[in-house]
Formats: sequence, C-alpha cells, structure tokens
Amino acid sequence: MAYSDKTRGMYSDILTGLQEAGLYKMERFIHSPQAADIEVEFPTGSSLKKVINICANNYLGLSSHPDVVKAAHEGLDTHGYGMSSVRFICGTQDIHRKLETMVTEFLGTEDTILFPSCMDANAGVFEAVLTKDDVMISDRLVHASIIDGIRLCSAMHDTFKHSDMAHLESKLQLHHDKRLKMVITDGVFSMDGDTAKLDEMAALCEKYDALLFVDDSHASGFIGKTGRGTHEKYGVMGKMDIITTTFGKGLGGASGGCVSGRKELVEMCRQKARPYLFSNTIAPPVVAGVIKVLEILSATTERRDKLEKNTEFWRKGLTEAGFVLKEGDTPIVPVMLFNAKLSQDVSRDLYSEGIYAIGFFFPVVPQGQARIRTQISAGHEIHHLEKALDAFIKVGKKYDILGKSKQEIIEMYGM
Amino acid sequence: MEDMHEIVKAYVIDEYVEDDTEITYDTPLISGGIVDSFSMVSLKRFLENKYNISIPDDKATPEAFDSVNKICLLVKEYIA
Repeated sequence: MAYSDKTRGMYSDILTGLQEAGLYKMERFIHSPQAADIEVEFPTGSSLKKVINICANNYLGLSSHPDVVKAAHEGLDTHGYGMSSVRFICGTQDIHRKLETMVTEFLGTEDTILFPSCMDANAGVFEAVLTKDDVMISDRLVHASIIDGIRLCSAMHDTFKHSDMAHLESKLQLHHDKRLKMVITDGVFSMDGDTAKLDEMAALCEKYDALLFVDDSHASGFIGKTGRGTHEKYGVMGKMDIITTTFGKGLGGASGGCVSGRKELVEMCRQKARPYLFSNTIAPPVVAGVIKVLEILSATTERRDKLEKNTEFWRKGLTEAGFVLKEGDTPIVPVMLFNAKLSQDVSRDLYSEGIYAIGFFFPVVPQGQARIRTQISAGHEIHHLEKALDAFIKVGKKYDILGKSKQEIIEMYGM
Repeated sequence: MEDMHEIVKAYVIDEYVEDDTEITYDTPLISGGIVDSFSMVSLKRFLENKYNISIPDDKATPEAFDSVNKICLLVKEYIA
C-alpha cells in the first residue's frame, strides 16, 4: 500500500481548502422520485422535509411520468438490464437503432448516434471529425463538457465573445485559411438562460463556409413551437451540421446523450469517437423510456406549451415583486443577487420556507454575478409557483432587495 | 508605422477585456487571468497576419505572451 499519511494529508488539505473557500459541494439526499414535490434529507441525518423543487432540469416533468416509468419497466422485461458490451461488438439492440432513428426525425437531422451521456458526446465528437488542419471557434460561455471535448481535439481553438456576431465574423475571417472551420455554441446557455442567435450564426457559417455545432441539452423537447430545439425557435431546422443533446434533462431526465447531424459526421463518430468505442451505451430500460418520451412529445405539444405558460407566470411574478432577473424567455430564470454570501443565505431561507433552489456563485458564474438559478417545469402546477413566489417575496423582504437595482443591491451587500 | 506596443495593447483590450480593467505594457495577461491559454491562439494569429511573420508554436508560450512588452519583444525577433 502506498497511500501514506503524507499522501492522505495532502488530499485532506486540498479538501479543507475547498471547504474554507466555500467551494465544497454537499449532496442533499432526495427520498422520493424526481418531481415538483420532493422529500429531502438535509442536512444529512435530519428528518425528511417536503419541499417544492425549482432547480431540476426536469423541464417537461417527465422524469417520473407514469407512461415513461411503465415503458422503462417493459424495456427491462423485454430487453434486459444491461448489454455487457460496447456497441460495435455485441452491444446494439433493435431499440438502440430505433431510438437513433426517432431522434433524427425529432431534431430534423440526417442521422444520430447515441452516447452514454452528452458529456461523452461532447468529449468525443470534435476529435472524431476535426484534425490539426482545422479550427474550432466557440462562444466564450459554452458548457464545461464542450471545453473538455475541445481540449481533447488536435484542431486549433479560438473563441468569440458571448453572442457577439461581429466578433464571430472577425474570427471566421481571421481563420479563413483553415481546412475546416467549426462554430460551436450552446443552444440555451445553462447559467443565464439566454439563447444562441442560430439564424445569424447559420448565415455567417454559410457565408464563410463553416460548420455549425450546437449543444441543445437545455432546449431539446421544449424550445421552439414544437419543442425541437433552439434551431426550431430561430427557423433554421435542417441547417445545423451537428446537434448534441442529452436525455438527462427535458427528455426524461435519466441519462444518455447523442450526436445528431450530417450523416457523414455521425458516421465519423461511429468509427472514431472514443467514448462511443470504449464504453457501453445507454441501458435498455432507459432506451425504452426515452422512446416513450419522444412518442409523447411527437404526439402533442401540450407539455412544452404548459412549460411556456408556467415560465411566463413565474417570470412575471418575480418581476412584479421587484427582483432583478436575467432577461430571457426560457425556463431557466436566474434571480440575480450578485453577492455570493447573499445567494447562499437566500437559498437557505427559501429551503426553510419549503422551496428547494440553489445559489450559484464564482467560479460557477462570473465574479459578482451570484444568483439563485430557478428552473421551471411542466410538472409544476400554478399552486407550486404561487407558493414559491410567496417564499421568494418573504425572503426578498427580509434582505430588503425587492425593487432594488443591481447597483443598490451591490451597495448593500458588496460584490 | 504605428507603435507596436499601442497596437498590441489595443488588440488585447478589444479582444479580451470586458470590463474597465486597466492594461499597461507590463500587466500580466496570462498569469493574471486576463487572457486564457485557449484564447492565445487568436493573439498569435493576429500578430502573424499584422506583421507578416510566422511564430513557431514552441516560441508562442504563455510566458512569452504574458505582457504587451514581452509580446512586442517576441514579434520583433521575427520581423525581417
């Protein structure tokens, strides 16, 4: 054994440092299925508390939907628990291909390949389709999984200022001599809830002969009139070269992800993407569950329509109460508090009021932009949102931040 | 010819600074967290295009790009 006291002490010091810096992550144990109403053990060992969850990625309220649960049970019965193999040896079932075909149709692309997660899809896709002769030009606020995928790729990497189309164009001009140029963005940015201007980006990519990549994890299933994603919202269905997305958020919330897009690019992933080649794919019960999710969403827009109405109600309520919000129209509604400690205090007090919402601060968001990120769901009923709003107003009054501007809040609590 | 220091400084501010952080010729850019190592590539390409030079990758280190003064020293090595 080489795990000496010295080694143990080194790691203990690092972990203590994280605690002292307020960066230590604590899990809260949920004893119920994921839903609008959940039962939580927090702090660890305490009795269960019933709270309203407004921080899940359960946008469509499908995580515990009875039809999805039933389909997963049936998938377990008919296709077993696991595959004990990667896809290309003996790990592909009929339902894996069926799901890929359904995703292709849902997103309006040419082909799709499943990955164990969207994190894996993003980790594998760039190195599979690009070489050192190419350049990746990414928005500066893309998700961490994209940054990791970019790091694993030999192509040159450059960035453009968040949603700044003039800056993106200058970068496309700067890298005109590259074999391939790929513009990379999130569809919905997870911390701010704003959307990428995919219509303008598609036009620029056409003008400068560049590929367009979008990670639509916080959009698939509910953004756009029929919930196909950010590309539908901006009227550019069919113009995306690569879409990555997850089944771990709106699309059932379990796990799994995919790369969907031009058939040759998808095929390159099938031949070369390492997370696809060297890990099992999605387990059969989850595949069966996601198939049911897509059947539900293809049959009716009822759930994304309800989500849209809930989001409008929530955003209007918070605005009228006098909170400072990040502007947008997605179910991610950040309540800005600016000060890190204030975000933790407000989160704690909301929990006491029966509302589960988490405060985010640096380094998860930029310095001085601490917030409570609220996420609305089609699983919420108006009474959930009214109760949550009452709690926000009560806590907002306690800290005297209602009706206060950003500057006034910063003057009261600091950055 | 415009002063290289001012050109480089103006590019750095326009490209990387999104608040009112003051930049001098000696401000540590990479070690100071103003330019991340990912974003160095655009600075290198800008310099190569602007001054019609080619900076070898092994010379374009975070240390060599860490201030306007250091960048200008590096560029001058490659200007004919």
